[in-house]
This record gives sequence, C-alpha cells and structure tokens, in this order.
Amino acid sequence: MKVKPKILTGEHFMTGDVACAEGAIAAGCSFFGGYPITPATEISEHIARRLPEAGGRFIQMEDEIAAITSVIGASCAGVKSMTATSGPGFSLMMESIGLAICMETPCVVVNVQRAGPSTGLPTQGAQGDMMQARWGSHGHYEIIVLAPSSAQEIFYQTIMAFNLSETYRVPVLIMTDEVIGHLSERVIIPDIKTIRALERQKPKGRKDRFKPYKPGPKGVPLMAAAGDGYNIHMTGLTHGENGYPVMTVETHDEMINRLVGKIRQNVDDIIKTEAYRLDDAEIVIVSYGVSARTSLAAVEDARTLGIKAGLLRLITVWPFPEEQIRKLAETVKFFVTVEINLGQIHLEVERCAGEKAPAYLVGHPGGTVISPEKVVETIKSVYSMSILI
Amino acid sequence: MKQIKKESQHPPAKHFPKHPQKHPLDGLLRTDRIPHIWCSGCGIGTAFSSCLIAMKESGIDLKKTVMVSGIGCSGRGAGYVKLDSFHTTHGRAIPFATGLKIANPELNVVVFSGDGDLFAIGGNHFIHAARRNVDITVVCVNNFTYGMTGGQVAATTPTFSKTTTTPLGNSETPFNLPLMAYASGAAYVARWTILHARNLSESIAEAILKRGFSFVEVLSPCPTNYGRRNKEKPIDSMLIYKDRSIIKNDANPTELDIDYNRGIILGKFVDIDRPTWTDMYIKTCCPEESDTLSEEEKVG
Repeated sequence: MKVKPKILTGEHFMTGDVACAEGAIAAGCSFFGGYPITPATEISEHIARRLPEAGGRFIQMEDEIAAITSVIGASCAGVKSMTATSGPGFSLMMESIGLAICMETPCVVVNVQRAGPSTGLPTQGAQGDMMQARWGSHGHYEIIVLAPSSAQEIFYQTIMAFNLSETYRVPVLIMTDEVIGHLSERVIIPDIKTIRALERQKPKGRKDRFKPYKPGPKGVPLMAAAGDGYNIHMTGLTHGENGYPVMTVETHDEMINRLVGKIRQNVDDIIKTEAYRLDDAEIVIVSYGVSARTSLAAVEDARTLGIKAGLLRLITVWPFPEEQIRKLAETVKFFVTVEINLGQIHLEVERCAGEKAPAYLVGHPGGTVISPEKVVETIKSVYSMSILI
Repeated sequence: MKQIKKESQHPPAKHFPKHPQKHPLDGLLRTDRIPHIWCSGCGIGTAFSSCLIAMKESGIDLKKTVMVSGIGCSGRGAGYVKLDSFHTTHGRAIPFATGLKIANPELNVVVFSGDGDLFAIGGNHFIHAARRNVDITVVCVNNFTYGMTGGQVAATTPTFSKTTTTPLGNSETPFNLPLMAYASGAAYVARWTILHARNLSESIAEAILKRGFSFVEVLSPCPTNYGRRNKEKPIDSMLIYKDRSIIKNDANPTELDIDYNRGIILGKFVDIDRPTWTDMYIKTCCPEESDTLSEEEKVG
C-alpha cells in the first residue's frame, strides 16, 4: 500500500473536522479505522472519500474498540494510522490506548469533545475529557496530547500529531471539541513540499539479533513492521528488550520508567505553547482549544480596563508545561484557567504555581463556549482584591 | 530350541547423539521461551503444533506470516511462535488482525486464540470480520471454559456443566460456533478435535490458503479447570473424541451443536468463494488500483 498524498494545496473554507482529515492526508496517513459518533463523524466521512484517492484504506469498524485496535494493527504493519471519536467512544478506546503505549505503536486518536458524562450533550462542545486523556487507561504512563484552537491549527496539529507519534512511538491524542470541529473557517493548505512529515525509525542490519525494545535515539526503540523479516514479538504484557513477557518487578520498573522517560526526557522537543502579551503580564490566563480563543478577547478587554493580562495558550496539554507555569508564577499576580469543565487543567496550574501565585478557574460543565465577559469579570474581581491586599 | 537373543529395540544410551535431534517444528518456535505455560493434559499444545505444521506445509512465505492472539491460555500462542507475532488485548485479536491485513495485504494473518476471547468478549468482532470476509484465518481452541482465570463459565460451556461461576451447573445454552461462522459469511468453516491432529493441520493449511475469512474450531480438553469439575479426565476427553465423533463433511451447520450423547460432528462444513474485503474495497473505492494487481490477486 503506497500512499501518494494528493493534498489540496490552496485556500479553503472548511470545518475543523474536515481540516483534521486533510491534515491526516498531508501527513501520509493511509489507514483510518472509524466508528460514527457526533461530533467527530465528519472526520470519518471526509477521510472515507479522500483515503482511497491517496492509496489508503478506510474501514468503518463495528465499534470504537475495534476501530482503535484495527488502527494499532495497521500501525504494526508499518503504516500511519488514525481514528477519531468523541467522549463515549473515547471511553471505549481507553484499554487499547494502553496497548499502544505498552507495545509502543504510533497512532493518532482525535477526540472531538462533547459534554459528558455518558451520552451527555452529544451536539454541544466541552473540554471535560482532558484528565481522561492523561489518565484514562489503567497503569502509569506518559502520553502526548494536543489541543487545537482553529480549523487551520487542527490541520497542522494533525501533521504534528503524526510526527510526534512516529518519533516517540506513542499514541498522540488530539483533544479538540465540538465547536472547533464544526466551525467553518479559512484554512490554507500549503504546498506538499513545505510539509515535514516524519517517518518512524526502522531497524537495519542483522535480523536475528534485533531487539524490538532496545532503546534507540531519544530513548525510543527502532520499529520493525510485520513482514519485515525480524520475527518480532509484541505484547501488552510487561516485557524485556527482546519483547518477551517477563513477570518481574524489576522488568516492570525498567519498562515503565523507559516508557515514561522517553517522553519526560524530551519535553523540550514535545511541549509547544503560545504566549500572547505575556511580557508585561501581571495576570496570566492559561487556556487551550476553543477556550483559548475566547480568552484572547478577555485579554484585550482586561487591557482596556488597565489590567495587564496575558494568555498562555497550551498547544501541547500533556505533557504539561510545568516549568513554564513555575517560571511565570515567580512574576505574576495570579493565574486564571479558562476551560469548559469544572477544573481539570486548572488543578495542574494550581499545582505548578504552588504558593507563589494563586490560580482561579473560569469554567462551566459544557454545552457552550465561555464568554470573554465571564473571564474579564473574574479577572476584575480578583484583581481588585489583590490590589487591596 | 535355541533361543535367539532378540536385539534390543532401543540402542544403548551411549548411542544417543550428544546433541539431540531438533524437533521438526523448532524452526517455528521461540525455543528460548520453553517451557510453555500450558498444563499437562491440556490440548492447546497439540492445536498449536497442528497450526505450525499447517503453516509450514501450506508453503506460504513464513516471513510474511503473522500470528495474532488475544488473552487467555490459547492467547499465549503468539508468544511461542517464531514469526512476527502480536499478543493483544482481551477479545481484540480479530480487529488487530483486520488492521494488519488491510494495511498490508501481502501478510498471511492467522489468529490463534480461545473460545472465551473470540466468542464472548470478542464475539462482535468475529461476526463482523466474517461478514466483511477479511482474508484472515481464525483458529479457535474451544475448551469450554476460561482456563487462564481458573475455569469460569464461557459462551461455549455445555448446559449443566459445572464451573467456578456456575457451581450448581450452567443454566445457559452454548454457541454453535460453526453455525455462527457460516451465518456471518465465513468462506471456510471446519471443526476438529486435538485427537484428529492430522485432519486438523490439513484443515488449517487449507484455511490459510483460502482467500477470505476462514475459521477452524478445535475441541480441546482443559483437565485442570474444566475436566476436574465435570468428572472428565484427559483420557476421558480423548475417548469421547475417539468414540463419539462423527466426521461428516458438508454437514448442515444447524446440526453442529456439541452433544456428547448424539455425537460431535467434525469435518469441513463451508468452503465457498466470495470476494474479500480488499477485493471489494478496490473494486468499489479505487478501481484504478486493480490495474496494478496480478492475475492471481484478481481471482475471487
């Protein structure tokens, strides 16, 4: 299966979901295992038409568990693969995301978040799955999670997700939301030559001596595909460098520390944030996804009131930019986290800011975006209190 | 009469070669992982050997052959075969295999797993893979129970049988697996027991070479966790397989319920040709790709 991405270079008016599918095509994705769910269905619908043109394969599986497992299987056959879902499907995928972490299988999972728990508000956005993205599968692990704020950004983040996934052999989650997924706006697709699509590192040399889990560059093992002739064994059981299961405390310790380490040691390469008017900011809004967009207006409104506000927009949510928050905490008066939930990333901001700067939350359980007025209101009231003190 | 001294059948110990001859299947085994975890009297080893013989004798390119297993005793198969092999999550061997096969149609993909894995937690995946006619082979070792977890009731446990979670007897009805495979659209369906090891390996070889979804059920004893609670010693199971099995190729799949009193029907029940998932996908979604296929690949 050779992929010849025919990307739609040019200016478009498209939804975030469609831009995500186009980003996948541009990244060289050639397998998509899907299952319909609002508000992520449009990603499947669009890529179902686009993949065969690009030499790829789309399959609608019987449920989300099958979808993610087929994606992992396809990745083990050596191709770039992805799936897209929303809350209920994301919950079903959790066990297999753990399999991809343990087997170190690159893949991309998109969660177009809607309000939960359970069936919740299927057609209305939220950001309530951010902690699930971090900790949803059992056991201790590190994962990479991105959060796009526009249709244009989801296009680029999908490429970035594949690149990170192939580089670190880890599933990469794109945590977007219904608003971005369904928002139609301008998307510019650049020339294919300007797109940097990375491929996983493959082993060379003697096939009988190859160890599928021997750490390579950046602590990431080289990955042979099924059919390459290396007779690899991959398992979700705790395993040693040769891939064989080993049921000892020592091996488990070694394996988990390496899986965690390959992400933690490379946070400088992985973590991306965007600073908006942070240079002189006394109040820092921390936000991501659609909420970061409404927060931009809040920064401007606060500034017109004479309050020096700035925005730290998280492009990578996990691993969390701990150092950046710690540094900011030295200089700022307080943090305001803006997110469509009742405090998830807020807890992380609070943890990293520690005693140096208080953190406040502007959030609600989901169904709509957070208005800039609400953010400004909080900033205003906390700011006036902080001046009094 | 002068007695002629009979020559011993066995050569004296000193004649044994220093390095014992390799088992003919050693090339296909991760011998460094032996001993395996299977209990004495368990039938999985025989089913596994038959599967390896089938792989070898079918003449397929073993470098392009993959074994996928789920979780359970039979699910450990993938860990012992010296091929590209994947030990996945519970119940999900088939969708994993589907992804492998669709992403690289050159691979021969064999799923080797147990009845609990494939037909309870993974039942949904089985029927859909058969419906789609994904070109993979599924070998199911059916020992009527969840062996790995200590012998709980399965979707295949005979009615009234005792298990740890049906201590008073199983009140439910088991699946007729070949019927389910047939009804779901499998291109090849067969059933054997581990006593019929030769028929079994011939059948698995046929299944591997079959274009389309092929399914082989293997009846196998679990003396430790099933037999023990149902007064069935390993030798009893083998006697049942010997005395009460009826080889009836092309039997009507609706008659294939397992009933020791009526007899267990074995044989090849389905062998039909229909286009595979990939055939249909190319035909429907990207006909320009079919120009690049060889004549052999176009068949079906």
